[in-house]
Amino acid sequence: MSDHPPLAQTPLHDVHVRLGAKMVGFAGYDMPIQFEGVMAEHKWTREHCGLFDVSHMGPCLLTLPGGPREDEDAHIEIAKLIETLVPGDIQGLEPGQARLTVLLNENGGILDDLIITRPYEGDQQGRLYIVVNGATKGDDWALMNEKLGDLADLERLDNRILVALQGPDAEAVVSESFPEAAYLGFMESRRMVCKDLTCIVSRCGYTGEDGFEILVPASGVGHIVELLGDERVKPIGLGARDSLRLEAGLCLYGHDLDPQKTPVEASLTWLISKNRRAAADFPGATKILDQIANGAPIRRVGIQPMDRAPAREGTEIYAGDKKIGEITSGGFGPTVEGPVAMGYVDREFAKTGTELTLMVRGKPRAAKVAKLPFVPHNYKR
Amino acid sequence: MTVKYTEDHEWVSVEGDTATVGITSYAAEQLGDVVFVELPDVGASFEKGDDMAVVESVKAASDVYAPVSGDVIEANTKLSDAPETVNEAPDSEGWFAKIKLSNPSELDSLMDDAAYKAFCADL
Repeated sequence: MSDHPPLAQTPLHDVHVRLGAKMVGFAGYDMPIQFEGVMAEHKWTREHCGLFDVSHMGPCLLTLPGGPREDEDAHIEIAKLIETLVPGDIQGLEPGQARLTVLLNENGGILDDLIITRPYEGDQQGRLYIVVNGATKGDDWALMNEKLGDLADLERLDNRILVALQGPDAEAVVSESFPEAAYLGFMESRRMVCKDLTCIVSRCGYTGEDGFEILVPASGVGHIVELLGDERVKPIGLGARDSLRLEAGLCLYGHDLDPQKTPVEASLTWLISKNRRAAADFPGATKILDQIANGAPIRRVGIQPMDRAPAREGTEIYAGDKKIGEITSGGFGPTVEGPVAMGYVDREFAKTGTELTLMVRGKPRAAKVAKLPFVPHNYKR
Repeated sequence: MTVKYTEDHEWVSVEGDTATVGITSYAAEQLGDVVFVELPDVGASFEKGDDMAVVESVKAASDVYAPVSGDVIEANTKLSDAPETVNEAPDSEGWFAKIKLSNPSELDSLMDDAAYKAFCADL
């Protein structure tokens, strides 16, 4: 008997199985790791349009007591509440604008990375649409309830379908169902209706490609199946999701980010908004502002192995005889056609081009610090 | 020439006292796209069951165990530049190493073609 609780299923579970997916346990859900193969799925996404089931993630609404309102002050009120937990400028979000940020602990350590969206609709102010990671959603929501529970209402939306459509054909595919989606810019979001399904359509994703994430009612499985019938669209598993985000230089929580790492160490200093630095009013501000001013002891960098051997998570990084860091994500990049990795190194070795040695199964292999991303982003600005 | 199989999905093709070793098409299929093979050094000695090579797909690294004991007399260096050969021709061009057998009687404990097919059918 297994010690683990039974795996949960997303509303699209049976669709994956019918399409022949290889399924694995991930974040407590039975999820597709691959369909036809990681390499083919990865390349299809970069060239056409990949459909990813990310319903295991944690979409939710945080709303002022009494419900959403129509006045600008309502947005400021709800933004001030969430800003006690994150270092991003949430008050300054325009209607329909989304922002990547991080939940911080009192030491400035990263508890999760998340996207916070201000609703576009005039009657939905005083509410934020938030998407957190699947593996951390229980802890994140417990924290939000503990800190903000008396001041705001948290509504989980993780019984719905959350899909990402990513790749150069995503705009054409998605705008057939949601014509207004074509007019969204990167990190913009709107409520849209298709066939009586009220959805939240956001122009974002985690592959480095242009694309959309769409929250769909659980009754919308048939519509997702229709999308998969489009010849430009193929279902993509978690395997290619990982290789795509790694080539795009994007962090995977629990691997590249954890509660011991600050945003400065994680090379995510850009997430700490200017006005929040001036106010110094977010968790761990003292430590983080000191690191911004004086540098952090370690830094997340891209790492390019010089031969064909992939360097996986946990691989030790050396400069000469001295251990100076560790790989936190590594594998093979199908678009790069070679191994790619990210890891943390001591600050004096963080400069692009610095020569390093990776100990892969006891053998030293040459590598150097590389600029991220490995594959240029194709966002619609 | 005899071909034998292990439960870890390696094949061993024997001619005289030399065994050519590779992974089966079942294993190659399960791994998916092979992107790197770490081959044993020529001259290295292995006992049956030792880690002999590593085969990496996009997703993960997997160990390949020595199916028989002996010394490596040749490694398939073609796989260094063309690891995809393991997917394209796992039971011919995609061989890993040639081993000079130190204990040929070990072959008796391996499966023949019919037994291996039945073994895979039950997985």
